[in-house]
Amino acid sequence: MSKSPNIFLPALGVTGVVLGLAYGLNTRTYRAAEADLALKQAAAAEAMVAEKAAASEALQAQIEELEARPMTVAVKSDPVPERDGTFGLGREAHAEEIAAWDVDVLPDGRGLPVGSGNAFDGEEVFAEQCASCHGDFAEGVDNWPVLAGGFDTLADEDPVKTVGSYWPHLSTAYDYIYRSMPFGAAGTLTPDETYAIVAYILYSNDLIDDDFELSNENLGDFEMHNKDGFVIDDRPELEYAEWRAEPCMSNCKEEVEISMRSVFLVETPPEGGSESVMNHATLEGLPSFTAAGASHINEALAATPVAATQPAATAEPAAEDDGAALIKAGGKVFKKCQSCHAIGAGAKNKSGPQLNAVFGRTIGGVEGFKYSNVFKEAASEGRVWDAESMAAFLAKPKDYMKGTKMSFSGLKKAADVEALIAYLEAEGS
Amino acid sequence: MDENMKTSRRAFLRGSAAVAAGSVAGAASASGPDPLITELQDWASYTGAGVDETPYGMPIEFESHVVRRNVEWLTASPISSINFTPIHALDGTITPQGCAFERHHSGAIELRKEDYRLMINGLVDRPLVFTYEDLERFPRENHVYFCECAANTGMEWAGAQLNGAQFTHGMIHNMEYTGIPLRTLLQEAGADISSDKWVYVEGADASSNGRSIPMEKALDDCLVAFKANGEALRMEHGYPVRLVVPGWEGNMWVKWLRRIEIVDRAVESREETSKYTDVYEDGVARKWTWVMDAKSVITSPSPQMPIKHGKGPLVISGLAWSGHGQITRVDVSKDGGITWETARLGKQGDTKALTRFYLDMDWDGAPMLLQSRAMDDTGYVQPTKDQLREKRGENAVYHNNCIQTWYVNEQGIAENVEVS
Repeated sequence: MSKSPNIFLPALGVTGVVLGLAYGLNTRTYRAAEADLALKQAAAAEAMVAEKAAASEALQAQIEELEARPMTVAVKSDPVPERDGTFGLGREAHAEEIAAWDVDVLPDGRGLPVGSGNAFDGEEVFAEQCASCHGDFAEGVDNWPVLAGGFDTLADEDPVKTVGSYWPHLSTAYDYIYRSMPFGAAGTLTPDETYAIVAYILYSNDLIDDDFELSNENLGDFEMHNKDGFVIDDRPELEYAEWRAEPCMSNCKEEVEISMRSVFLVETPPEGGSESVMNHATLEGLPSFTAAGASHINEALAATPVAATQPAATAEPAAEDDGAALIKAGGKVFKKCQSCHAIGAGAKNKSGPQLNAVFGRTIGGVEGFKYSNVFKEAASEGRVWDAESMAAFLAKPKDYMKGTKMSFSGLKKAADVEALIAYLEAEGS
Repeated sequence: MDENMKTSRRAFLRGSAAVAAGSVAGAASASGPDPLITELQDWASYTGAGVDETPYGMPIEFESHVVRRNVEWLTASPISSINFTPIHALDGTITPQGCAFERHHSGAIELRKEDYRLMINGLVDRPLVFTYEDLERFPRENHVYFCECAANTGMEWAGAQLNGAQFTHGMIHNMEYTGIPLRTLLQEAGADISSDKWVYVEGADASSNGRSIPMEKALDDCLVAFKANGEALRMEHGYPVRLVVPGWEGNMWVKWLRRIEIVDRAVESREETSKYTDVYEDGVARKWTWVMDAKSVITSPSPQMPIKHGKGPLVISGLAWSGHGQITRVDVSKDGGITWETARLGKQGDTKALTRFYLDMDWDGAPMLLQSRAMDDTGYVQPTKDQLREKRGENAVYHNNCIQTWYVNEQGIAENVEVS
């Protein structure tokens, strides 16, 4: 881009003329008022010139900065206009609304509701509300998070990061459990239940005795094992300082060898998802590389290029009638159940039993599932699930099966019960 | 200017060579008249689908394999899980919403615009509640940004694990967002915007996924977005409103955004202490590791995109991005990092957005170790796996932006490998 320092020359020219005129008038002490006016105009013109010169300098600086930048300056959205004052949109939040939503807890304990609980009480709440995923002793079931133990493993190859071994603040446990747990029924715990659960987790980590009363008074002061185990992001000093440098382009290494092949091959079936399959290929026979290229070419492989694979045809969508609509509605209701129950091809027991062919099945009759006593009794009496018993159970689980482990409180709408039963019947057959 | 001219001259020369080689290959494979041309085809004779047959269109069935996919064993339940964008099969830079990766902590929720409320409270003059309609009345902007999960490529810390660019690098998408600058809403509520304050954000879903954002970032480029790629956000991307935190880890892009609170310190929520922190070899964890450093990957050829055409013209294509700004250069190596050549950028990189790169070559059928290396406008160069491991060890989960290697054999089959 060419620089153009001449764009303000006309302005300078005008000032020159005005100044000359003023000088002439003044020396003759003639028509002083007009001379005065001319001088003022000249001064104003001069100020304008100074201003424009400053603007010119700024523009020049901008041009230089732009020229110095790499040629990749992207065009961005114009910024939204500045505004003095507000738009007057929205409305004032009510205190009750803030109280309902603003439940976060800060590390120093601010935000904790009044309440308390101990591990002794917590054990019971934990068994009912948490153990189906986290285990009776907070040891974690399947892939669900382990909450206890793992001390002194953080520098190991596979660190065990639990509330006890890793979490720097206890406030985090209260904050998270109270708002977002249990999984599938978030926001249903009382403050006292939450304090008791947190106390039980501490107890499971051997951090308190079972009679220690955890409350809004002492939770913020509780010192966690790993409280000093965190530092703030130090990539700028450790990495950026070193890695902001012109990289090597040629002869960067002498020789390169393949040191590891993919552990899993991943199959991608047409119906979606993926299947991971162990890769049994070895490093044997693989070429190494130098600046001259690959060490050798496998002619047998070269002779058989990979064939084009055809994408599979898609299945015909099923026609939808009234029955299908009910089943579809039931599928939506089932979202309330899916965190604990699986249904359909290959469904396995999760924290609740799998629900395939549930109608006609003995109540409490899924092999390998650990039922509560009330279900074991039903099984020994030979009771069987049918639409009627299922409807009663789904409406009020804890009334129909006193002592059930299922934490779900029941479906309020009869239409939901009907739809869910249709769905269970269709999906599980 | 000069740079561009050089690039187009190089491209022209490469193009000429490609045409010459291509005509040879084409002549060799055409053994007789092609019935697709010489015989009347159904589609050239019968009529096709009428308008409105699919009021909202899906990709044609022949593309039905181009879908997001999960790896079931990675997580305990698909409700709190992640899947992967089919980056290997896409080109350009914009990710269609329907195949953009999903990450939910308590499942994707159905929240109507009519039921949507956004609260701003905490250290503000006026705690406010907005409806969706209120948000539509604030001035809005359009920006393209990438959103990358901090765990993208996380499995690969322990070595080459999953065979496919979709699975190693697919926790990323790139969309054009329409939204309100977060600073506008903070001003509306009269928020205390002094630099030591934090903006805590949470979603309306059961997980709420609370995160703390330092005030400087909140005032800089964060958006409260309600459209992506021109249409309403999809349910799985936070319909009706999500937060956009350009260049920073995806977990902070809170979906179904329901509350913004000004606080005087970081909340240190579950998602910013027990998760999304990085344990180094010495057992000390890094927190507040928000920025996604410069990174790139070759999307084709790759394990799901073998070379099927044999020797001759080959387009090597890939994606590069940086949470610090623009991608200025991408180098590609065919020999595992001994020799590098500078790739061609599909177009100049947007800041904190995906940039497409190409290297057009003639493949001689010899094995290759393909790598790409991104550079951003801070001068940062994407590191090798060894460089990263030297600094951090192998116990980290997040922020793996290492150079990826695909071994392409004589058949054109590509595999995820590690090299010396």
